[in-house]
Amino acid sequence: MTTTPKKGFIAFIMDCTRWSFTGGIAYMIYLLVLLALIVSGIYAYSQQFQHGLIITGMSDIVSWGLYISNFTFFVGVAAAAVMLILPAYILKDKDLHQVVIIGEGVAVGALVMCLLFITVDMGGPLKVWHMIPGIGQFNWPSSILTWDMLVLNGYLALNSLVPLYILYCNYHGRKPVGWKYKPFVFLSIFWAVSIHMTTAFLYQGLPARPFWNNPLLGPRFLASAFAAGPAVIMMVLIVIKENTDYAIDSNIFQKLKRIIVASAIINLVMLFSEVFKEFYTFTHHSLSAQYLFFGLEGHDSLVPWIWTAISLNILGTLLFAFDPTKGKPRYLMVAAISLFTGIWIEKGFGLIIPGFVPSPLGEVVDYTPSILEIQVTVGILAAGAFVVTMLIKPALAIEMRLREKASM
Amino acid sequence: MDSRTNNEDQIETEGMADNKSSRRQFLKKMSIAAAAGSASLVVGGCGGSLKTEEMGLKWEEYFKEHYRLMTQEEKDATVKRLERLAKLERGIDVQMSNQEPHEQVLYGYAFNISRCKGYMDCVEACVKENNLDRRAKTQYVRIFEMDPGKLDPTAGDGQFFHEVPVDNKFYMGVQCFHCENAPCIKACPTKATWREPDGIVVVDYDWCIGCRYCLAACPYWGRRFNWGDPEVPKEEINLNQHYLGNRMRMKGVMEKCTFCVQRTRKGKLPACADACPTGSRVFGNLLDPNSEIRFVLKNKKVFRFKEDLGTEPKFWYFMD
Repeated sequence: MTTTPKKGFIAFIMDCTRWSFTGGIAYMIYLLVLLALIVSGIYAYSQQFQHGLIITGMSDIVSWGLYISNFTFFVGVAAAAVMLILPAYILKDKDLHQVVIIGEGVAVGALVMCLLFITVDMGGPLKVWHMIPGIGQFNWPSSILTWDMLVLNGYLALNSLVPLYILYCNYHGRKPVGWKYKPFVFLSIFWAVSIHMTTAFLYQGLPARPFWNNPLLGPRFLASAFAAGPAVIMMVLIVIKENTDYAIDSNIFQKLKRIIVASAIINLVMLFSEVFKEFYTFTHHSLSAQYLFFGLEGHDSLVPWIWTAISLNILGTLLFAFDPTKGKPRYLMVAAISLFTGIWIEKGFGLIIPGFVPSPLGEVVDYTPSILEIQVTVGILAAGAFVVTMLIKPALAIEMRLREKASM
Repeated sequence: MDSRTNNEDQIETEGMADNKSSRRQFLKKMSIAAAAGSASLVVGGCGGSLKTEEMGLKWEEYFKEHYRLMTQEEKDATVKRLERLAKLERGIDVQMSNQEPHEQVLYGYAFNISRCKGYMDCVEACVKENNLDRRAKTQYVRIFEMDPGKLDPTAGDGQFFHEVPVDNKFYMGVQCFHCENAPCIKACPTKATWREPDGIVVVDYDWCIGCRYCLAACPYWGRRFNWGDPEVPKEEINLNQHYLGNRMRMKGVMEKCTFCVQRTRKGKLPACADACPTGSRVFGNLLDPNSEIRFVLKNKKVFRFKEDLGTEPKFWYFMD
């Protein structure tokens, strides 16, 4: 990799592709597993495309399910890249600057998943051009869904182009020119907050659904995102540290840990505030919360999930807050997985499904995703992991070459 | 208050017309390209000419515009295509209308909760009239059996299945309430659902992308989604259809009660009101001072469901 680099964009793409697909036998198996899951997802989606959403577990009462739950959660993961971008570019934190590119890679992967989840949830994916401004009818500013489409695609552009530019410069051994990308970095910081607030507003703006129609929803989305997102980034960093030669300073883990603990505690405080409001004076509007936490009219399919989620949430927060190992990767991995899984369940399933139960006419049904629906979901998750891998692998190769050059 | 909304509707439509010509040119080019493409797709093959025609019609349908932006000629053309497609695909002779709303008409509905006995003739009539999916057992109209003491359908039983009438029970019907300030319209990302000048909230099934945000936004559970391809036995299909009403839906789109637009714009009652054996259902023109609905609103004690949400439904409940 120390050979003098060829010039130009085509050479850059060629080299990146080459680096993406070179690795040990374990890496190849990992890629093959991802590809197999993606293919199985495509097969399941082809069934859905042919027969309609009838092959999912959704109904007129629970009309959004696994797809939109995951969409909501991964918007948060995407937004969380800002927790690295802000200190790295604005506060000039040297440690975090080394890994900011990984955070951006994770954000792009998460956004790809979000857009895929929305696409597979649509009844008429071929009619999506009806939404394109100019040739379709774009119901902006009235529909929050149009806002969400704008901010998600904008954030994807920002998070792809800035790292692409920086990597492209590093590849050619040049220093990136500040004024060419710094304004976009600033923009992406505000944008990160906006993607998650807008996604919260999708739900928060519906008086029809009292469970969602809650002004705390947006802020809580941010707090949980800034806990779960850095937890994902930490997991990726640990994998890189354990399996590659790319050195990651232990300071970075300490800093990430601090971010996670602060956000996770704020998230738990807000959760407590919501639970208090629902159950201190039990109103008609608390029925969804009762369904979620304790079950309603004999329907209790979410109860084990939400208590698992809350336990994992508290466990993860405590593990991060009181770390006796002072940042041992294995320990942090357990803590990160625990917190991530807790928030995933709580903010996906635990947020979307109870919004629909009981229905506006008081009817209670349970929702169980179908096998094909789960297959599509897993396929999209694999596609996200694949994208993250394809972005981070060449990025690390370029960064390593830069480091070698600097040390020579 | 109604004239205000009508004005807003007009302004909105005019706004849509601004970039109309460029869009029209674009779509025209697309549909020409599409027709050429479809023709080349089906070269040869026996019985090919009907298949070619079907493919061509489908392509043109795919690239057509939003219904509210179509000129009258374009509206007539799409209706002709849909009639022909019904013939080619299902072998039925559909009469499809695109009749516009009448001037000085605003529809309203009132439901007498002391008269309804839960016979469900309204539900059955609606299913037949509107070609509702028999497989998914879709119903626009729901009847809730209520115990005395509460006036909220959410406290009732919407699944009752026994002989009626029953002592000490009363019944409340719900359907789309055709809100003046409808949350579903606000939510739709593609403007595929809107309120017509006569107050009917409709869906352009061909424009709906099936995101189901309107369903989540409706506080009355007034909307239904086609999870699969709807099934209606050929001999039971109602052939008198309206583009915005009971024409056959397809998988992946929303549908809802349209106050039977195919009937009411011809001066008939909606099927549910027509079928009711107890006279619990009152339908009419709110702008006509001599209409029965105006009589009810003036002389009876009326209330609406979830009034606190400010949706201004055009559907009232009353008691004798």
